[in-house]
Amino acid sequence: MLALVSPALLVILALIVLPVGWLAWQSIYHDGFTLENYRRVFTEDIYWRSFALTFEISLAVTVIALLLGYPVAYLANSVPKGWSILILSLVVLPFWTSVLVRAYAWLALLQRTGVINQFLRYLDVISEPLGLVHNTFGTVVATVHILLPFMVLPLYATMQKIPGDLMQAGTSLGASPSLTFFRVFLPLSLPGVLAGCTMVFVLCLGFYITPELLGGGRTVMVSMLVSRNVELYNQFGAASAVAVVLLLSVLAIFFVVSRFISLDRVLGQK
Amino acid sequence: MTRLSPARIALYVTSALVLVYLILPVLIIAPISFSSARFLTFPPPSFSLRWYQQYLANPAWMQATKVTLTVAFLTVLIATPCGVAAAYAISQSKLRIMRVIHMALLLPLVVPIIITAVGIFFVYAKVGLVATLPGLVLANVMLGLPYVVISVLAGLQSFDPAQEMVARSLGMNRLRSFFAVTLPQIKSSVMAGGIFAFISAMDETIVALFISGGQYQPLTKRMFTALRDEIDPTIAAISTLMTAASFMLVLLASARQKKSG
Repeated sequence: MLALVSPALLVILALIVLPVGWLAWQSIYHDGFTLENYRRVFTEDIYWRSFALTFEISLAVTVIALLLGYPVAYLANSVPKGWSILILSLVVLPFWTSVLVRAYAWLALLQRTGVINQFLRYLDVISEPLGLVHNTFGTVVATVHILLPFMVLPLYATMQKIPGDLMQAGTSLGASPSLTFFRVFLPLSLPGVLAGCTMVFVLCLGFYITPELLGGGRTVMVSMLVSRNVELYNQFGAASAVAVVLLLSVLAIFFVVSRFISLDRVLGQK
Repeated sequence: MTRLSPARIALYVTSALVLVYLILPVLIIAPISFSSARFLTFPPPSFSLRWYQQYLANPAWMQATKVTLTVAFLTVLIATPCGVAAAYAISQSKLRIMRVIHMALLLPLVVPIIITAVGIFFVYAKVGLVATLPGLVLANVMLGLPYVVISVLAGLQSFDPAQEMVARSLGMNRLRSFFAVTLPQIKSSVMAGGIFAFISAMDETIVALFISGGQYQPLTKRMFTALRDEIDPTIAAISTLMTAASFMLVLLASARQKKSG
C-alpha cells in the first residue's frame, strides 16, 4: 500500500515540502545563522505596513463576502430544488473562469474608459470618470468576486443540514419569522459561517494576481512583497522570511479554527 | 405558502444583485473580443474577428498556446495515475500513517500559492529546472494531485470493496481485480479528477511567473505580462477561448459524474 502512495508522496515532498523547507532554512541561514531577516520584517516600516494592509484587506473582503454570500446561500436553501441548482450553478460559474481572465474583465469594467464609467457618463450621473481601479477599491471588488463561491458553498452545505421542522416549531410556538431566524436558524448556521470565513480570509492573505493587476502598485500585499524581493531586489533571505511569517499566520488560523470545527469542513469544498 | 413579506423581497433583490455581480465579468469578455474597436467602447461599434486573427497570426501567442496544452496534457497523464494509486491506497489501508499522507497530499490547497511558487523557484534554480518544460510539468502535477485524490476518494467511498475481494477469491491477483472490477466503477470520478487537473494546469499562473521563461512560457504568463503593460483586446479573444474550453471541460466532468449516480 505504501508503494502505491509513494509516487504521489514523492511529488509532494519534492515540490512543496522541500521548497517550503528551503524557504524556512534560507530565512535563517546566510553564511551562518542569523535572525536579521526577521528583524527587518518586524521592524521595518514597509514590511509591517504591508502585513497590516493585507490583514485589513482580507478582513474587509471576508466581511463583504459574508454579507453578500449569506443571503444567496439562504435563498438557495429555501427555494425548490430546480431553483437552488440554478442559483448554485451561477455561483460556481465564475469559479471555472481563470483568475487572470476575471482580472481582465474587471479592468475592462472599472477603468476610466471602462464600461461602468462610460455608462454613468451616458446617464449624466458623473462628469468626470471615477477612479474605480488601480487602487484598493478595485482590488477588493475583484477579490470578493473571486472568493465569494468559497463563502457560499460551505454556508449552503451547513444550511442544508438544518432541519426545516425547527423553523416551523419556532413559528408554531408564536415566534415571528425574524425571531426564529435570529434565535434558531442563524446560530445553527454559524459553523458554515466560520468555515466560509476561514477559507476566504486565508485565501485572501496569499492573493497575488488581483492586487498586482488591479492595485495599481499602491496596494502592496504581502504576496507582492515576496515577489518583489525575489524579482526586483534579489533579497532572497527577506523574501523567505516574509513567506514564512505568512505561512505561519495561515497555519495558526487553521489551528485555531480546528478547535471549533473539523477542518474537513473548511477544506471539503473546492 | 410563504407570503411575500418585505424581508423576503429584500432577500430576492439582494440575491439577484449578487448573482449579477458574479456573472457580469464572465459575460463581458466575449462582446469585447468580437468588437472592432481598438479601445474599449460599449456597446461595440461593429462585429469583427480581428482580435482572433491577431492571436492566431502571432507566433509568440501560438508558441505559448502549444506550451500550455502540452503542459496540461502531460500533467493529466502523470497526475491521474499517481492520484488514483494514492487514493486507492488511502481508502484500503488501515495504517495510521495513511492519515498523515492523506493530509500531505492536500498541502497544495493549504499553502498559499505564492509561497509554493517562490520555494519551487529556489529549488529549481539549484537543480537547473528553471525555464524548462519538465520543471513546469512537475510543478503542475503537484498542484493537480489534490483534485485527483479528492475526486477518486469520493468515488471509492460509494464502492463496496467486498466486490474486489470476491474477484480475488476467484483467483484474480490484486492488480487484475483492480482493473477488472474496481476501476470500471470509479471511472467517472477518475475522469472528473483528471479534467480538474487539466483545468488547474491550464489556468495556473503564479508558479509559471516564477519558473517559466524563454520558449517555455505558458499562455497565462504571457497574458499576465501583457495585462501589466496595456489592455490589448487580443487578451479578450484568448480569454474567451480559455473560458469556453474550461466550461466545456466542466460540463464533461459533471456529465460523467452524473452518469455514475
